[in-house]
Amino acid sequence: MNLLALTIVFPLAGSLALSFFPRMADRAAATIGAGSVGLSALVSAWLIYTFVTGDGAAYTQTLWTWVSVGDFTPAFALYFDGLAATMLGVITGVGFLIHMFASWYMKHDLDGGPGMGRFFAYMNLFIVAMLLLVLGDNLFLLFLGWEGVGLCSYLLIGYYYRDEANAWAAFKAFLITRIGDVFLAIGLFLMFATFGTLDIQTLLEQAPQAWAEGDPMASVAALLLLGGAVGKSAQLPLQTWLPDAMAGPTPVSALIHAATMVTAGVYLIARMHVVFELAPAVLALVGVVGAVTLLLAGFAALCQTDIKRVLAYSTMSQIGYMFLALGVGAWDAAIFHLMIHAFFKALLFLASGSVIIACHHEQNILKMGGLRKSLPLDYAVFIIGGAALAALPLVTAGFYSKDEILWLSFANGHHVLWFAGLVGAFLTALYTFRMIFIAFHGEAQIKAHAGRGIAHHLPLIVLAVLSTFLGAWIHPPLADVLPVHEGGDHGTTKLVVEVLSAAVAIVGLGLAAALFLGRRQMADKLASGPLGRGLWQLWHNAWGFDTLYDRVFVRPYLLLTRLHRRDWINSTVNVAPQLALMLNSALVTTQSGRLRWYALSLFAGAALLLIALLFG
Amino acid sequence: MILCWLLFVPFIGGLLCWQLESRHAPAQAPRWIALLTMLLVVGLALWLWLTGDYSLAGGAVGDAPNWAHQIRLPWIDRFGISFHLALDGLSLIMIMLTGFLGVLAVVCSWREITNRIGFFHLNLLWIIGGVVGVFLAVDLFLFFFFWEMMLVPMYFLIALWGHSGSKGNTRIGAAIKFFIYTQASGLLMLVSILGLVFAHYSQTGTFTFDYMVLRETPLTGTIAYVLMLGFFIAFAVKLPVVPLHGWLPDAHAQAPTAGSVDLAGILLKTAAYGMLRFAIPLFPEASAQFAPVAMALGLIGIYYGALLAFSQTDVKRLIACSSISHMGFVLIGIYSGTLLALQGVIVQMVAHAFSAAGLFIISGQIYERIHTRDMRQMGGLFGRMGALPGFALVFVMASLGMPGTGNFIGEFLILFGAFDTVPWVVVAASGGLVMAAIYSLVLMHRVYWGTPKSEASLGGLDPREYSMMLLLLVLTLWLGLFPNTVLDISHTAMTEVTDWFAVAPLPSR
Repeated sequence: MNLLALTIVFPLAGSLALSFFPRMADRAAATIGAGSVGLSALVSAWLIYTFVTGDGAAYTQTLWTWVSVGDFTPAFALYFDGLAATMLGVITGVGFLIHMFASWYMKHDLDGGPGMGRFFAYMNLFIVAMLLLVLGDNLFLLFLGWEGVGLCSYLLIGYYYRDEANAWAAFKAFLITRIGDVFLAIGLFLMFATFGTLDIQTLLEQAPQAWAEGDPMASVAALLLLGGAVGKSAQLPLQTWLPDAMAGPTPVSALIHAATMVTAGVYLIARMHVVFELAPAVLALVGVVGAVTLLLAGFAALCQTDIKRVLAYSTMSQIGYMFLALGVGAWDAAIFHLMIHAFFKALLFLASGSVIIACHHEQNILKMGGLRKSLPLDYAVFIIGGAALAALPLVTAGFYSKDEILWLSFANGHHVLWFAGLVGAFLTALYTFRMIFIAFHGEAQIKAHAGRGIAHHLPLIVLAVLSTFLGAWIHPPLADVLPVHEGGDHGTTKLVVEVLSAAVAIVGLGLAAALFLGRRQMADKLASGPLGRGLWQLWHNAWGFDTLYDRVFVRPYLLLTRLHRRDWINSTVNVAPQLALMLNSALVTTQSGRLRWYALSLFAGAALLLIALLFG
Repeated sequence: MILCWLLFVPFIGGLLCWQLESRHAPAQAPRWIALLTMLLVVGLALWLWLTGDYSLAGGAVGDAPNWAHQIRLPWIDRFGISFHLALDGLSLIMIMLTGFLGVLAVVCSWREITNRIGFFHLNLLWIIGGVVGVFLAVDLFLFFFFWEMMLVPMYFLIALWGHSGSKGNTRIGAAIKFFIYTQASGLLMLVSILGLVFAHYSQTGTFTFDYMVLRETPLTGTIAYVLMLGFFIAFAVKLPVVPLHGWLPDAHAQAPTAGSVDLAGILLKTAAYGMLRFAIPLFPEASAQFAPVAMALGLIGIYYGALLAFSQTDVKRLIACSSISHMGFVLIGIYSGTLLALQGVIVQMVAHAFSAAGLFIISGQIYERIHTRDMRQMGGLFGRMGALPGFALVFVMASLGMPGTGNFIGEFLILFGAFDTVPWVVVAASGGLVMAAIYSLVLMHRVYWGTPKSEASLGGLDPREYSMMLLLLVLTLWLGLFPNTVLDISHTAMTEVTDWFAVAPLPSR
């Protein structure tokens, strides 16, 4: 039981060691960085094994009392149950594979330059924060992890700080997620004021007693939590930071912006599901946010040329699915998809990292082409990962998780959301295979050098295996944590819905093949028409949210600060000394030293006095 | 008696430093004397902490507070003025902080100050002495004496060893501005003190300046409100509260590093201390009545300071303006009057002292390397200064309230505590967290990120600089992870303040 803290201690020690000994050799830094997470993963595996084979009872490990003032007594305590076990497995397991891959990737990306230690110090710190987020037994500790992952995300997006654009991307990511964080913080204040505790399990017990279903305060609390979730998980309306976050090294995108951090919002809502069940309207809103985001992001992904941006929009879209699942009350389906998505999206990102290095830092898919011959491994894992993303039926893990979401949304009566999900499934297949066909088929335009070594191959192969139907055999032990909603009758309706979603994915694949395999004449024709060009512009810029926010928020803020630069209050106060100085200079001129002038003023003064006396 | 030592050690040390300058002593001698003096102060304070018990349960309202130590000597009997020093948990925390920042101020001037070393340290140590006096005095006359006394050496520090900034921002101007602002507001406090004393005299027929006696004076209505305002304005200038903040950016930016550290770290905190110790207990009802106004001012301060910080180009001015924003939280915390918020105020004050000191020292170290404080001429410094940017990152993150640092605990305890009584104020104040992120990250961005102007290393940290930074970093994180260390000391004192608030009939919210 005491081992739980060890999962955090190892990466923390790694991060500290790497921070305070920055001159460490690259190989040592990579070993410490990946090794510490590996140890953490081993401990996690043991914990999950004993949890699943044992009685499966949740437990708490209290490390110390963090703050105690009156009844405000959040502890530094870790809580382990089925949901935490699932997240722990994903974070340390996938996290370790990504760290391992990163030791290969960064060696080539840095090319002998400094910064290996710094990279792994941030990465390990991220693992620490992410584990605190999912293991924290109270919302205060969860918030520590929540902000901590934001910090690490900021540092890693801006890892190549010499490029101003990267630094601004990091800035944007931090700021937008912080806006969400503030909502979450206010939610915490509200929870504490209402319940007098921040302990998650106590809150979940007390919430139904304090609030009736539909209670306005429950809705407010749920809305505030949702505000935090949409920021971290890049959902509408706080989604604009994620594509820019691709400025970070590719393993960072795999770890933070695909597998773990961006799914924190899903975790939060699932963890606090009781509150959302008390606020049905907000829960419905969660589903709507997910549905709208998955569609918007799906269209945007269609019109990207940067391989990482395609994947970024697809991540946004897939998290939209998870939100949709939460919104229809399919809690376990959301977490299941979270886990499966972590496998295949990490795979796709790592594979794209491998491609990018192989193509000498080229990220534009239009400049790749024909890579299937020169990069057979990358091609194979891209096909596997892409198939899982597109949810091709039966053989991929993604099919099982996404299908469950679509079925449950249909079965629970949310037909509009289901339809949105279905359209999204079509889009997903289309943009995924567009990317694969453009990058790997057609004429070779670039001379690629395939990656070598176990640190490169092993993570790709393991994740590829997990992305097939084999991965779907892993069933998260969520029965005790989240309410299970059975979809009702399992008759022909379910079969029809499943076949429909499978068919949609295959049609998407077929359309992608028709458009982008071979000469691509049809695709070019579509894109060059006036409507096509307009849509390309709109979707390439992801519906223009960046421009909108720039006009509505950024520029007015800058204008305000520019007006304010002189500090008006201070300037007003400064008038007083200026007046005094003016008066002073006026009086100084009277002291001219000329006798006539003095005599005149003497007379004038006396005359004035006399007049005043006479007429006063 | 130990309180007297605590008070007089810095004064004596200062005199020694000054004398050693003119004699044929080695040039470094004043620095070592000053360092030893400050270490002695810290040692005394630590000894008081380790041997004392500050967790005594508070008595009923109106009981004598549980002074852990006190000393009382007659001074001017005719007017009931005595030399009365006393120490409880609140004063102890502030004194430990003062001593610690005093050490840092001495160490960070080791290279920066090269002329009139002895006289510099005289001023530095006398500021510390004055501040310690403010934190110990419980006779209002004595308090006022120290309150005014700490201004004078600060004035010299800015005027003689300061930097002259761009167009019109001269160090002399800044020093004069600082002096006039604080002096004028100090006069208001003097008037209020005298008013209070005379009010007490008219009721009882005896003159006294003793805090313990005066706070029993039943005062109501307008007179209490006006007297309270006198105190409040004096403290508001020092905190600073927004319309009265004009002196702060200039003074901070133009002062030498040690001066900025002392200003941000402890001089601002004397104001919050004054509110907690005097403005509220002496006039509980009027303060409760005034609380909504005070909190509104705090709110304005948060946003005003944050906006101002964002638009600065001088790195020290940016940090100075961020202090205005942070002190807005403190003001809200003090006047929300809940124990949680008040405890948050304590943590916030200590944490802000650490993070602001860290940032100011870093600015000083950057200045020593590239001889500018203009952020437009920086950029891309991250890889060129050894470990310095890493430390800067931690303090910047602390200043935007990253969990794990003391600043987070402070701000969030304030917000958690105040939410009970004034939820909308808290909601509005929370927006300040976003603004804090904006100006803090812009600081990081302009100074450290971007393309370096050159590849040449500017030199890493030497052991002196490194150990200062490391110490501050450890303390910042310690406060974030184990805030109970501080909260336990101040618990009783803060409970008393909430009791005072509870006595007062709260105005309808």
